[in-house]
Amino acid sequence: MRVFVHDGSFDGVLTAVFDAYSRRAFPDVLSREGEGLPLFCDEVHDVHTDEAKAGRVWRALQKKLSARSLASLGLCWFSEQPGAAGWIFRYVCKVVDSSVSIEGNWADKDVRTVLQWGRKVASERERLLQFLRFQKMADGVFFAAVEPLYNVLPLAVSHFRARFNDQVWLVYDVRRRYGFYYDRATVEEVSFPEPPEGLKGGWLDPSLSAKDERLFQDLWKTYFKSVAIRERLNVRLHKQNMPVRFWKYLVEKR
Amino acid sequence: MVNESMISKLRVLVEAAKYDVSCASSGVSRRSHAGQLGNAAAWGICHSFSEDGRCISLLKIMLTNHCMYDCAYCVNRRSNDVPRATFSVSELVELTIEFYRRNYIEGLFLSSGVVRNPDYTMERLVRVVKDLRQKHRFNGYIHLKSIPGASRELVDEAGLYADRLSVNVEIPNEQSLRMLAPEKDFKSVFTPMAYIQQGILQGKEDARRFRHALRFSPSGQSTQMIVGATPDSDRDILRLSSALYARPTMKRVYYSGYIHVNRYDTRLPVPATPPLVRENRLYQADWLLRYYYFQVDEIVDDSFPNLDLDIDPKLAWALRHPEFFPVDVNKACYEELLRVPGIGVKSAQRMVMARRFSSLGMQELKKIGVVVKKARYFIVAPGQDSRLLPDLGAARVRSLLSAPGAVRKAEGLQLKLCFES
Repeated sequence: MRVFVHDGSFDGVLTAVFDAYSRRAFPDVLSREGEGLPLFCDEVHDVHTDEAKAGRVWRALQKKLSARSLASLGLCWFSEQPGAAGWIFRYVCKVVDSSVSIEGNWADKDVRTVLQWGRKVASERERLLQFLRFQKMADGVFFAAVEPLYNVLPLAVSHFRARFNDQVWLVYDVRRRYGFYYDRATVEEVSFPEPPEGLKGGWLDPSLSAKDERLFQDLWKTYFKSVAIRERLNVRLHKQNMPVRFWKYLVEKR
Repeated sequence: MVNESMISKLRVLVEAAKYDVSCASSGVSRRSHAGQLGNAAAWGICHSFSEDGRCISLLKIMLTNHCMYDCAYCVNRRSNDVPRATFSVSELVELTIEFYRRNYIEGLFLSSGVVRNPDYTMERLVRVVKDLRQKHRFNGYIHLKSIPGASRELVDEAGLYADRLSVNVEIPNEQSLRMLAPEKDFKSVFTPMAYIQQGILQGKEDARRFRHALRFSPSGQSTQMIVGATPDSDRDILRLSSALYARPTMKRVYYSGYIHVNRYDTRLPVPATPPLVRENRLYQADWLLRYYYFQVDEIVDDSFPNLDLDIDPKLAWALRHPEFFPVDVNKACYEELLRVPGIGVKSAQRMVMARRFSSLGMQELKKIGVVVKKARYFIVAPGQDSRLLPDLGAARVRSLLSAPGAVRKAEGLQLKLCFES
């Protein structure tokens, strides 16, 4: 059994593709550095991530794939799934080997997996745009805590930057302990080795929030309660559209 | 300005506005500008979902719930004894902007009861949106109700600030409308609709000629019909919808299951629950009109004036037309695939793409997303082993599909092996 060991980056996987073609030897298993090797491996190749090689593979993909499929490939990577490297590797190989574009081949397992995971990650990003709630701090910064299933915060930053470009904001991923800070000019990644102080379950301590923050939260709760039509209550649909895992970060469901 | 007393006011005005169904924020993309708040995403974003399962995308609210009209179906009619309230323009503007900055909403959906006269009311609505757009440079989504009977100049001005304008038809039949809403007739509804349409078409024409032409209601217009308040059949409702969709600017017709907010009015029925199933079937039929290339007469006609409540309208059509089936999934064109129950727009598109590479069997169809349980009576594909609609007959397929659990129980099939299906 032949094993390729990569460093766990997207470029690493693309370099693995390059190496496979230049060595004319394809791996049976793609393994990440630090993971244990499988039993019975007779050949282990260490992939040294090389931007030039990865870039060549990416440019080849750009020639053969639509922008949408390229995006799916990237999104699939953000799923942080253990198998993601393997799916992307096999998908890229299929694209390279085929003389026609394979991107619409929904009947193929690898193509379908990449497209479906791309969709899953894209919808998690979408949910971030939907369910993120800012709290105004005393110093005028708008703060939001989120906890997405996949690491989609970097994908959502451009949206918040465009939409709230005249306000200072900080978005913080509770699970991955990092976030993005925007100061009306640039977005910077900030990391928090320790959970920030004054934050309890994603909510700011009342001493830190702006004077009228509580009022607007109450107004929004009032709105949320009043807009539901009692005769049409449908809790199942409600939960389906707004999964329970988001509730603790939603003003109206707290 | 905004303070604690707003809470009760907000409650009153939301209760007054919530029976309007429309909440879409899609159909227009508005770019953000440096130093200005907001943008609009073409696909629309729902920011919350209320406990009745409906999406909350916009701050749906009334400027005032005082109204001089006396429409029987409306909670805000003048003869109703309900708390009344009015927002000032600045209060509403501040509320919208503060909610928007916290990512609670995608924009504003503004409506109003008619006070003094339609023009006076419309003018106040226009002032709110004008303030939002010009004074506060707000680039979020704005949906504005056009007041029936408002003059053309005001509608023309509203279109410059709003992303979508709408006038509600409410009742699909003029006689019933006159009976329930003595101050309204079809003319008062369709005249502003025509103004909006002319404005949009003119705006598009201008955009072709002038680089800096102003956009007029770029997301088109929508309307709403109440279902179950009058004896009108689904045929009347869907024929009107279909006629409205034939117009160039009508984007959506909403259906609102009638809720008896005014029990004392004897002109209206008092249903135990709102007609939710019928409303759902109407939406399904609406989708067939817009995305599945169906004509309205195929869905409802004089012999079937109402939609079947037990099965969806596409399945009902399929059972009435066994001669159309079976459909060969590897050969049929896109439009034919769309007619198969269990195959939707997405799976039909995927099938058309995927079958360029290999023939599609039942396994692949399942993975692609086709509801095979439903589709298998209507298609031919490798691996397909159940009997088809033409052999089984419409009645049998209907019983197999309408309530599978119930049928299986009734026929005692749950323990036996059933080879025919």
